[in-house]
Amino acid sequence: MSTQIPQPSQAAPDTTRIHNIGYRAYDGPRLGRAYARRSLFSQSLRGAYGLGRSAKSKVLPMLLFGVMCIPALIFVAVAVVTKQSKLSIEYTQYALYLQVVISIYLAAQAPQSVSRDLRFRTVPLYFSRPIERADYVLAKFGAMASALFILTATPLLILWIGSLLAKMDFAEQTKMFGQGLVSVALLSVLFGGIGLVLAALTPRRGFGVAAVIAVLTVSYGAVSTLMGIAFATDNTGAIQWLGLFSPMTLIDGVQSTFLGAPPGFPELGGPSTGAGVIYVLVVLALIAASYGILMRRYRKVGL
Amino acid sequence: MYNPTVARLTYRALLGRRRALILFLLPAMLLVIAAAVRAFNGADDQVAADVLGGFALATMVPLIGVIAGTGAIGPEIDDGSIVYLLSKPVKRSSIIFTKLIVAIAVTMVFSAVPTFIAGFILNGNGQQVAVAYTVAALVASIAYSALFLLLGTVSRHAVVIGLVYALVWETLFGSLIAGARTLSVQQWALALAQKVTGDGLVTSDVALSTAVALLAAVTVVATWFASHKLSRLTLAGEE
Repeated sequence: MSTQIPQPSQAAPDTTRIHNIGYRAYDGPRLGRAYARRSLFSQSLRGAYGLGRSAKSKVLPMLLFGVMCIPALIFVAVAVVTKQSKLSIEYTQYALYLQVVISIYLAAQAPQSVSRDLRFRTVPLYFSRPIERADYVLAKFGAMASALFILTATPLLILWIGSLLAKMDFAEQTKMFGQGLVSVALLSVLFGGIGLVLAALTPRRGFGVAAVIAVLTVSYGAVSTLMGIAFATDNTGAIQWLGLFSPMTLIDGVQSTFLGAPPGFPELGGPSTGAGVIYVLVVLALIAASYGILMRRYRKVGL
Repeated sequence: MYNPTVARLTYRALLGRRRALILFLLPAMLLVIAAAVRAFNGADDQVAADVLGGFALATMVPLIGVIAGTGAIGPEIDDGSIVYLLSKPVKRSSIIFTKLIVAIAVTMVFSAVPTFIAGFILNGNGQQVAVAYTVAALVASIAYSALFLLLGTVSRHAVVIGLVYALVWETLFGSLIAGARTLSVQQWALALAQKVTGDGLVTSDVALSTAVALLAAVTVVATWFASHKLSRLTLAGEE
């Protein structure tokens, strides 16, 4: 704007002027920390299903979501057509049967939620907004857990609606549906925490994916193998403690003790009530630990 | 064909810093399980074959194959640093060949060696079980590395696709549909293991000649196709 020739200020102090070139201060509403946290949460949640991203990145989450729901639709169709008095699968067992799908979903989406922020060094940009470390961790954690909850609770909702269509007992079905919801909510928070911790440790997406899958499926495979061997060799006392070493058997132990679910290994029996309390404590400790590790991880990340 | 500099860079990318930890995690788990089974159960040839077949060959080898095979080339394509390698006067086919050798070596070291040790812990190589599964792991390492290296050049989601193949196709469909077993690296490797033990401890659904032919074909075709893909690679922007 200014076309004046710059003058040395000490030569002519009275000719210096500051031009108003029309910049205006922002005087709109400041939406603040809670708004930023909410935005980060909703963006992460949408991102976990590929919404607002390229078509290619929608393929995998939507495919897995479909795979999660199709068996429920089949169960409902069978129940309605053959007029069954009860569904052929328990609400609480559904996630257990489809745990491979849940693991693959988590392995694919947890790294995409946090690893890319680390690799492209966008984390400092987040923290230039009015959010704190706890807000970032809570938003990502909450988004991942909510995405998993949507993935695991939708088939239960389908089953529940289907059971009502098939004129099953409303009160009983609703109670079992509620128990199933509690169980998958616990599962979502636990799995989301574990997935995010493993993904946040590495900026490379591939390694994050492999680490999540390795921890979830391999620990389940190892624990069920050991349980089977302990059962075959009559070390039945050890079985209920072996379940503490894999996330899926932890959830299974909690729901078979407190949520009226049949145990995942019927011939082995579920844990006793005392052991069930320890299962709940371990689940809560793992959730708290994953929050703590994430907070530690983001203390000086990307700076 | 083999370029030592490319090999050194690939080894560093695979094993550098904390990345080797996940590669140590799985073999360590196998050894812990083997020790626990031996302590619970004593030496039993059938149990040894079950553990090695169910955990080592069915889970550990494919997982390590996925990590090593896709990790050898995937991250470089993903972050675009492959252009610095491609702009050097090194043939694309020898880049792929070198990375394949490295991936095979890493997979073999981290899967076949622990399988062998676990076999000895489980039953002291009774009825050649340890040797049989080690041979199977070695052979499977070659085919998995070639297959997953190809995936790494084809897709950005190579790790996920590789895991779906290893976990869903081989384990789930393999146990439900008999036909899927004919098209499974695991069964081809088991055919060789069956040849080593001789009797009924290890069974495979595929004849030995078919298995060897398919293994060789998959390895060669996957490697050729991977170098073909790399020779006309276009770098896509981050989604």
